[in-house]
Amino acid sequence: MSEATATRVPASPLGTGTAATPARRNWVPYALLLPGLLWLTVFFVLPMITLGSQSLQEGNVDEGFVFTGNVGIYADAFSRYWPHMVRSLSYAGLATVLALLLGYPLAYFIAQKAGRWKNVVLVLVIAPFFTSFLIRTLAWKTILSDNWVVTQWAQQLGITDVLQAVGLTSTDSLLFSPFAVVMGLTYNFLPFMILPLYASLERLDPRLLEAAGDLYATPIQAFRRVTWPLSLPGVVAGTLLTFIPASGDFINARLLGNTQTTMIGSVIDSQFLRVLDYPLAAALSFVLLVVIVTLVALYVRKAGTEELL
Amino acid sequence: MNGIMNWIRRHLVAFAALVVLAYLLVPNVIVAVFSFNDPEGKFNYNFNRFSTDGWTNPCGTAGICDAVGLSLRIGLTASLVATILGTMIAFALGRYRFRGRSGTNLLIFMPMATPEVVMGSSLLTLFLMMGLPTGPLAILIAHIMFCISFVVVAVKARVATLDPKLEEAAADLGATPFQTFLRVTLPLSAPGIAAGALLAFSLSFDDYIITNFNASPSSITFPMYVWGASARGVPVQVYVIGTVMFLIALTVVMVGQLISNRRNRQVA
Repeated sequence: MSEATATRVPASPLGTGTAATPARRNWVPYALLLPGLLWLTVFFVLPMITLGSQSLQEGNVDEGFVFTGNVGIYADAFSRYWPHMVRSLSYAGLATVLALLLGYPLAYFIAQKAGRWKNVVLVLVIAPFFTSFLIRTLAWKTILSDNWVVTQWAQQLGITDVLQAVGLTSTDSLLFSPFAVVMGLTYNFLPFMILPLYASLERLDPRLLEAAGDLYATPIQAFRRVTWPLSLPGVVAGTLLTFIPASGDFINARLLGNTQTTMIGSVIDSQFLRVLDYPLAAALSFVLLVVIVTLVALYVRKAGTEELL
Repeated sequence: MNGIMNWIRRHLVAFAALVVLAYLLVPNVIVAVFSFNDPEGKFNYNFNRFSTDGWTNPCGTAGICDAVGLSLRIGLTASLVATILGTMIAFALGRYRFRGRSGTNLLIFMPMATPEVVMGSSLLTLFLMMGLPTGPLAILIAHIMFCISFVVVAVKARVATLDPKLEEAAADLGATPFQTFLRVTLPLSAPGIAAGALLAFSLSFDDYIITNFNASPSSITFPMYVWGASARGVPVQVYVIGTVMFLIALTVVMVGQLISNRRNRQVA
């Protein structure tokens, strides 16, 4: 053992200790990476290039498309669809904030308070995934419909008036409104918020909170100075995993919204598959990608968490 | 005073957690209840009358079982391939030091940071330009692509917790690197690999947005069937299949939990 460990390279435990030669250590990781990374390169990176190329072509489906370098399509796409883009980003942003507010207590509860129920509650958090999300979104149509208790309670408690005042609904119904869309987005992506939050809150040593209490911190101070900073990696990962899919989603907007809640994903989908205006659709898709990547990069830099994986 | 504050805080958190849990689970309950409905019109949105028609005749509406079959085939194949490719990447990242690590991490992270509509539409442009047909094979390729990253994350998390001393011990006892991998590293990583595979299958089985971009009229997956039905009228069978999937997955996860609990007890 001593002979072998003397030559150990730290952080590469496997294949040391044995007669592993440097040559073996060199090619093994690359052989392991090759098939998977090749797949991602051909079917993820390369399509981004063909997407960009498609946006700069002109023509139609019947006669084919020719590359003309028509950059003007981006101005056209932007001037026609910027409200959809802004709407998508604000719905996704609102849903992300709501998911953080709802997800944090549950994640904290599972990580620190659930005790022997921890695994059961965790399973219940991921359980909704096991029913197709389209079917679950259809279930929300039932829950939010006018003749169900939820809408009736909301009307009696004056919640519908508040929602109308802030512009999230335009009638005293809940369904087919921006409110329903944001609620659906929050619901759909909430587990993506909870799981990373749970992962970082689970590592939180409860003795740190006891120490804060011993040093006369109020619970609120202890949260602000200890719990929250230590959970920040989970907050960053959770908000990204919620915001990104929510901004491109159009299922909730189509099933729970109205004609005024169309999101950018819906426009891309119908331009590609129904209108068959590939260049415009590709340009919109490319803009969405650039906007998301820029926002994510700014956010990650600001939050200062580089190690997201 | 502090004790009272703590008591209030603890129960406030538990109460909030319960409400959020209810928010997450109510739609599943609705789906289960409405699978026993005898809907009045074409849509299954209002509870009309108790009936077991959907359960006794799950393939009762045209095309639904073909769609489920296609989704199962694609889901199983995609999760198998993605689990193999993703596990290999996770082992490389978790067990080796090599140049190009940060580039690899970025390539793994990017598909998770890209909206589905962008991935779906960009793949469509690739297939269009290469003159490749859309359909089941294109869907399979797409599903493997977006599942790999999630498998890597799940397996890597498990590999990171493994004690390298166990592998060293195997090597000291004369195991070759390959034997060590097969008899020590792989079995110890199995829970992570199983979690990754399950995640990949559920992502694939449930995907609509990317699938729709790469499908052909003859390749209708279950989510595509549900989407089409949401415009024409939702048959009660959709709710039955949703409930069955939910129960199967819940059983699989619970059994997995039991096995790992028992194993932990044996070790302890």
